[in-house]
Amino acid sequence: MAATSLRRFGRSLCWVSRRGLSTSCDDKVVQQNGKSMNLYSAINQALHIALETDTRAYVFGEDVGFGGVFRCTTGLADRFGKSRVFNTPLCEQGIIGFAIGLAAMGNRAIAEIQFADYIFPAFDQIVNEAAKFRYRSGNQFNCGGLTIRAPYGAVGHGGHYHSQSPEAFFCHIPGIKVVIPRSPHQAKGLLLSCIRDPNPIVFFEPKWLYRLAVEEVPEHDFMLPLSEAEVVREGSDITLLGWGAQLSIMEQACLDAEKEGISCELIDLKTLIPWDKETVESSVRKTGRLLISHEAPVTGGFGAEISASIVERCFSRLEAPVARVCGLDTPFPLIFEPFYMPTKNKILDAIKSTVNY
Amino acid sequence: MSFSATKLAQPLTLNTTALITKQEGLEVYEDMVLGRTFEDMCAQMYYRGKMFGFVHLYNGQEAVSTGFIKLLKKEDSVASTYRDHVHALSKGVSARAVMSELFGKKTGCCRGQGGSMHMFSKEHNVLGGFAFIGEGIPVATGAAFTSKYRREVLKEADCDHVTVAFFGDGTCNNGQFFECLNMAALWKLPIIFVVENNLWAIGMSHLRATSDPEIWKKGPAFGMPGVHVDGMDVLKVREVAKEAIGRARRGEGPTLVECETYRFRGHSLADPDELRDPAEKAHYAARDPITALKKYLLENNLASEPELKAIDKRIDELIEDAVEFADESPFPARSQLLENVFADPKGFGIGPDGRYRCEDPKFTEGTAHV
Repeated sequence: MAATSLRRFGRSLCWVSRRGLSTSCDDKVVQQNGKSMNLYSAINQALHIALETDTRAYVFGEDVGFGGVFRCTTGLADRFGKSRVFNTPLCEQGIIGFAIGLAAMGNRAIAEIQFADYIFPAFDQIVNEAAKFRYRSGNQFNCGGLTIRAPYGAVGHGGHYHSQSPEAFFCHIPGIKVVIPRSPHQAKGLLLSCIRDPNPIVFFEPKWLYRLAVEEVPEHDFMLPLSEAEVVREGSDITLLGWGAQLSIMEQACLDAEKEGISCELIDLKTLIPWDKETVESSVRKTGRLLISHEAPVTGGFGAEISASIVERCFSRLEAPVARVCGLDTPFPLIFEPFYMPTKNKILDAIKSTVNY
Repeated sequence: MSFSATKLAQPLTLNTTALITKQEGLEVYEDMVLGRTFEDMCAQMYYRGKMFGFVHLYNGQEAVSTGFIKLLKKEDSVASTYRDHVHALSKGVSARAVMSELFGKKTGCCRGQGGSMHMFSKEHNVLGGFAFIGEGIPVATGAAFTSKYRREVLKEADCDHVTVAFFGDGTCNNGQFFECLNMAALWKLPIIFVVENNLWAIGMSHLRATSDPEIWKKGPAFGMPGVHVDGMDVLKVREVAKEAIGRARRGEGPTLVECETYRFRGHSLADPDELRDPAEKAHYAARDPITALKKYLLENNLASEPELKAIDKRIDELIEDAVEFADESPFPARSQLLENVFADPKGFGIGPDGRYRCEDPKFTEGTAHV
């Protein structure tokens, strides 16, 4: 991911040319005309609204009391008290089990897992309890009030255990929704929808964008619909589909492709489960070609599921095999991160070979 | 705090004289007989093919379920394990609803959706059986947090509800146990951790599996009382339970109680139970908690033989009725398969035409997309 000059994307989203992401306690939020904010501030604002509008909403997790390592929970404990915003011990399985119990008693439990890489000790609780609580209790109990927030994805220097994109694991569990925003505006609206949705949700936040992505975000309480993909750029030759931080890389590839006379349609899936097949299908019916890109390793990634579904639905309309430009099938590397990543140039190459198939 | 952790780093010796009134004695006896008779009937029904899946029976451990749960209020919550039928019965779920659930019928307490290891009751605050060891403990911890919050922050003075989490000796070597002892003590939650130490984790002896087999000692290590009690003696269990529940209700925090008990049958109905020493089984069979209670009630003139026989007969009839009820109840409609995966089945169970997709004739042809 090369540092790029300021560019517009989607809803007046700007990409600030800064590489890397500090986790230090720097509170100098990039603010322009009072409404422009970065992604962590948008998350923070959504959490303030969630706690403000529902007295039985709680935020907890490792270090959230002082604002969290990414500052997403800054000010919440001061504003809403330590009974509603509190630190937990370092025990992810216990945190999520606790959150399920809290949600089952009719609360909105907003649990933070400090990095998506740390979610695996809680995998058991998410798979076996959160996803099945409504089902196996015959709808007597549910933990629909549960939202699990976790920063995911590459950050330029994160290495093996602070960079992974584990979303596909959670797409294989009926009963859990998976949502990933691409920008501050999206993050605020989608997070509020997730918190208020009557289903347990895993909400992955692109940590690379916490400070880098800046755009205008409405100050008021608003929600963006789940399970609705968004065509962020219209085109006619090929459909590009992705989510989260990868959208910006794909946008760059679209611009480069345009210079070579290729018109790309770009879709942000936003909700991975249950995903909006109709929007993707109608786009592919129009363009006849599909490219999916995600940071997670290609094998068994969610791109594989999308590819299979679209081939089933649009087989006779496809003019080329569905292309996947994804992370490599290796552990997330440290010094080789640039080689591992589905970069703009890899996407551009795949666009060209798919269009010229 | 009524007693310090250090004081409780000793097993309690309790005087059981005059521990129970006649009415309480009969109630406790009835609940234990209900548990035993129900489970014996389950075995019969299982071997007759009326129920399926893995079925774990509670025989021998009745003093623990009865000893604790009969002291709870309806608003108090219970989180169980895969050996959960009797906990649900003690908490007030009807034998009909539990039996029907085991039969996979629509009238079951979870509409036949779960089966043996999945007893829930919103009405009676049964927070579920948990098939995986330890998973109910953090869920119970979250429920206990809610009671504390309602009382201390929302100032709902009447919310003194407690949560009881049951689990076995095998679970005490699982991380979630330790994670939750820590959180519960740290936040002083109204929860009681009840270990039903039946000495065996399927085929692994507790003594061979655990570095320090005295589980109750782990309570003080986390800053809460740890109590060891004879789990074959319902009166002793009741005394310990009273203290622990009272402590939780008063807002004084959690307690860890280790009940030494024994299961009279194999781990599950699929277990031929060939591993345990017959002498060990005989030793505990001689300490049957129901026989012991019966003896106590008779010796202390708290009940007469005919009174107890009348209870036995009533329970037999109740269980017969539960079986008949379960047998005659309908299976759930196929659409139930697709319900409750998400709050709203549209897009999953329900297709764009508003009908359940499983009602589409193609549903069973292997081509339908759900």
